[in-house]
Parts: sequence; structure tokens; C-alpha cells
Amino acid sequence: MPAKRTKSKVDQQIDENLKRVYDDALKAEVPDRFIALIQQLKNSDGSQRPDGTDSDDA
Amino acid sequence: MTHDPRDEIVDHLPSLRAFAMSLTRNSATADDIVQDTIVKAWSNIEKFEPGTNMRAWLFTILRNTYYSLHRKRAREVADIDGEYAARMSEKPEHDGRLSMNDFREAFAQLPDDQREVLILVGASGFSYEEAAQMCGCAVGTIKSRANRGRKRLAELMQLDDGESMEMTDAATLGVVNASHFG
Repeated sequence: MPAKRTKSKVDQQIDENLKRVYDDALKAEVPDRFIALIQQLKNSDGSQRPDGTDSDDA
Repeated sequence: MTHDPRDEIVDHLPSLRAFAMSLTRNSATADDIVQDTIVKAWSNIEKFEPGTNMRAWLFTILRNTYYSLHRKRAREVADIDGEYAARMSEKPEHDGRLSMNDFREAFAQLPDDQREVLILVGASGFSYEEAAQMCGCAVGTIKSRANRGRKRLAELMQLDDGESMEMTDAATLGVVNASHFG
């Protein structure tokens, strides 16, 4: 049998900490600049959506 | 109106930022990369296959963005490693539990390829296969990076796979038993 390298106690502990680091970062509030950027992108190609329909103006 | 997959991008912003932070270890750089990723995803949305994992697609764009930027900035950030190494040489006290800051510093010392794989498979729940696809390499390569990364973290955190952990457990068990029967 191969050693249980991937699920040793140490590895579990490491993965738990990885999740904590990652989850901490996930909880951070998304800055408004990204929402604004997406809105800007939407506006700038509002007349040529990929489905071929016009979203705002004709 | 047909569903536009671009409307989903906003849902992935928190995980994009978390992934970018783990790659860059710097929030300003992370946000620059996230911004580039959004713009690229937006303008290349026709390359996204509907029904596939959008987060994986976005992460792939983000890591490509990071690596092309990183090559340009390699010299500017070269100092970080030395600084972390210096701080790590003061040994953290070992009480069988990882301190969050010690862990972050140890994690930051890993090479990019190991750090990203650990975040992808260890923290954000992608399979080895998905990570391999995202990184454009073999599953075996991903597994070996993950193993080397975990091993290095264990070394940096002074965790042993064998006796010391068992001793910690035995000690903990002893305390638990003592409190039960005392």
C-alpha cells in the first residue's frame, strides 16, 4: 500500500489553513471599481450583444 | 433576450480576487490583474463554452494575465522572497497549531506554480484534472506540485508527518481524558 501522503494529518492541517486563507480573501468586499467597470463595459457595447439583439438603442 | 454569460462575471469577482491575492500577495497588484481579467473575459466571451465552468475559465484568464505581468515585473518583486525568508528564520513557537500569520508567510515563500495549485485544489475545490486543464499541464504535474508545496509548507511550519504530531494528539487526548475522568 502506498503511504497516505495526500491525507496525512499534516496535509489535512495544511489544507484547512489554505481554506482559511482563501475564505478570508473571499469575504473581502469587492471594490466598487469592479462593478463600475462591468457597468462601463456593458454600456460601451450595449448595441452589439453577442446574441445579435440590441440592448438599448437601435 | 438570450442569456448573456457575461452577466455571471460579477458573481465570480470575490473568488477572482481571492485567487489573485494568493498569486500576487499584494492587493494592488491583485486588483490590477482582476481588472485585466474582467476586460479580457468581457471581450472574449465568445471563447467561453456555455455550460462549462465559468469560474475555471476566468481563473485561467487570470493566471495567464498574472504570468505575463509577472515576467515583466520579476525584477521589481525579487526582494519579497528575501524579506519573508528573513522573518521565517525566527522560529515560530510550535504548539501543534498553525498560526495564521506564520502560515501566510510560509505560503508566500512557495514558488508560484506550487502556490497556485494548492489554492486551486487545496482551497477552492477544483479537481486535479480541472487544475491541470487550467494550468495547461499534465495531471501528474499538478499532483507533484501540490505534494511538493505541501511538503515545503510542512517544513517551513516545522510540522512532521510522524511522531511530533502523534505526540501532540496523544497529549490532547490525555487532557480530554483527564477532564472526562477527573
